[in-house]
Amino acid sequence: MIAEAADEKPRDGGEGLTFWFLGLVLLIILPALNVLPSDDSWLHVSDFTLNRFGKFLAFAILALGLDLIWGYTGILSLGHGVFFGIGAYCIGMHLMLTIGTESVYGNDLPDFMVWNQVKELPLFWKPFYSFSVAVLGAILVPVFCALIFGFLAFRSRIKGVYFAIITQAVALSAWLVFNRNETNLGGTNGLTDFKQILGFRLSESGTQRALYVITVLALGGAYFLCRWIIQSRAGKVLVAIRDSEQRVFFSGYSPATYKLFVFVVSAGLAGLAGMLYVPQVGIITPGQIGVLPSLEMVIWVAVGGRGTLIGAIIGAVGVNFGRSILTNYFPELWPFFLGGLFIAVVLIFPDGLVGLMRRLTIGSVRKTLGLEKPSAASEGAQP
Amino acid sequence: MSNKGSIIYLEEVTVDYDGFKALNNLNLIVEYNELRVVIGPNGAGKTTLLDVICGKTTPASGRVIFGKDINLIGKREDQISALGIGRKFQAPSIYGNLTVWENLDLSLKRESKGIFATLMSKPTATEYRTIDEALETIGLKDHPHRLAGSLSHGQKQWLEIGMVILQDPLLLLVDEPVAGMTDKETEQTGILLQTLAEKHAVIVIEHDMEFVRQIARTVTVLHEGAVICEGPVEKVQADDRVREIYLGRQKVAHT
Repeated sequence: MIAEAADEKPRDGGEGLTFWFLGLVLLIILPALNVLPSDDSWLHVSDFTLNRFGKFLAFAILALGLDLIWGYTGILSLGHGVFFGIGAYCIGMHLMLTIGTESVYGNDLPDFMVWNQVKELPLFWKPFYSFSVAVLGAILVPVFCALIFGFLAFRSRIKGVYFAIITQAVALSAWLVFNRNETNLGGTNGLTDFKQILGFRLSESGTQRALYVITVLALGGAYFLCRWIIQSRAGKVLVAIRDSEQRVFFSGYSPATYKLFVFVVSAGLAGLAGMLYVPQVGIITPGQIGVLPSLEMVIWVAVGGRGTLIGAIIGAVGVNFGRSILTNYFPELWPFFLGGLFIAVVLIFPDGLVGLMRRLTIGSVRKTLGLEKPSAASEGAQP
Repeated sequence: MSNKGSIIYLEEVTVDYDGFKALNNLNLIVEYNELRVVIGPNGAGKTTLLDVICGKTTPASGRVIFGKDINLIGKREDQISALGIGRKFQAPSIYGNLTVWENLDLSLKRESKGIFATLMSKPTATEYRTIDEALETIGLKDHPHRLAGSLSHGQKQWLEIGMVILQDPLLLLVDEPVAGMTDKETEQTGILLQTLAEKHAVIVIEHDMEFVRQIARTVTVLHEGAVICEGPVEKVQADDRVREIYLGRQKVAHT
């Protein structure tokens, strides 16, 4: 019993502590180091770095949602790039429209439309003049798409590898659709060259700093939402679905409903992530939402640690940070590195970085205290 | 054709797996508060019978009536469960990554098992008490916070029985509860099932003839998807056809 308590306590306490520590660093220390020290101080965090972290943290929001559905519920979705993309394009369309006559062609229409000889703004663009429509749409359109797709898939009891393949096919088809000029979403070049958001110039560091802070707050909100879900009884049902879906049926729950719920929540979070990503990065193209990005998102979660919320955040930030460093020095090596990382996770640390750290710390604490691993598991084990 | 007073009533049920008739015009009636043991050689259709009742398998033809007039065919597993049919699987089917307590909490009978209810509600004091009682009954009161996956095989079987009890079903389907249990555990399980039968109807599938003798009042013998004999243990054991297809072989195997 004592050993049990030791096994379980640090789990939540540790994760909570890590979260508050990260929150302090991200929300206060990083922006403060961006503003306060002079540019040449070694403590100074450059606008570029802060902006880059803003992007990583937007990814972390998506990773939380993906962890909810994959890590906790055991459903592998290889199509979350699509939800991210829809969110990104929703806000992107709004930003395109606010460029106005500042564009290269000096036309009210977005440049690519002028280029493609589109005479009039397509109807589906019109609502995006409104900022609130764009923000709501960035979350609600992915939610709606997930609702329809999830309803059909889960009602037909599509699961496991079949679900993964179908979502991947969706990612591929979405990529194809967004690539076409006829879709009027900028084709291969996507949406870019944004100038302002709500009247604030996107090129100014103050605007970017504000976007960064908003992203940190959104990440915090997403974290608490996910934590609330997994700590509720519904969260236990999600884990139960992963462990034994059959038993969940016979305990009187409809797994399809729960799967749909978690799929929709994660799609909403992916949309939110896409919405925060675009104004900070300044461009969204079909290349960022297809099959490959969707796969990469899964790797973030795997590397950080499935089934722990903090792991998803660490994975998303860590992998992307590693990417931005590595691609600086060895641009060609990144895919190999990413692949190697994935293999390492599968073979060496299946619980991701968080699991690895936990194993190391618990192991070393035990060693220093002179405690052997207790026989909790072996006490009743049978051959 | 009086099915009055029966908890479950199967009429002419046929399950066809690509030409193999797992159940072949099977008829079965189980009364309220009855403990019924179903035996039969491998492939006789015992597990398929349970699958049909709990909605996992849809029969090609026939009727399955629960209680007075509820037709079970075409209903989903969770809907059937909500009507009051609980099932204990042959291999322990529990949630390995949840604690014993959480396993029981999820199984507890509740007004609503929809997503919003489970997001919002916290266990009430009565529910805590009910779960504690169940922990006591299944002998796991010292391990409420252990991960269910780390329990021994016998403990897992008991946990699953506890989970089914907490659903407070009108009818309990129990598939080979003592497989892999020690003699002592087997005996305790027998006592537990008999206690349960005082308040619920129970259908038990079993291979272990000793165990059958311990618990059975009425035994139904299945063979090739149909009932070939039904009655008290002594009558069934004396039946020539039963001896031929089942007990004869079992006797050799057991002693």
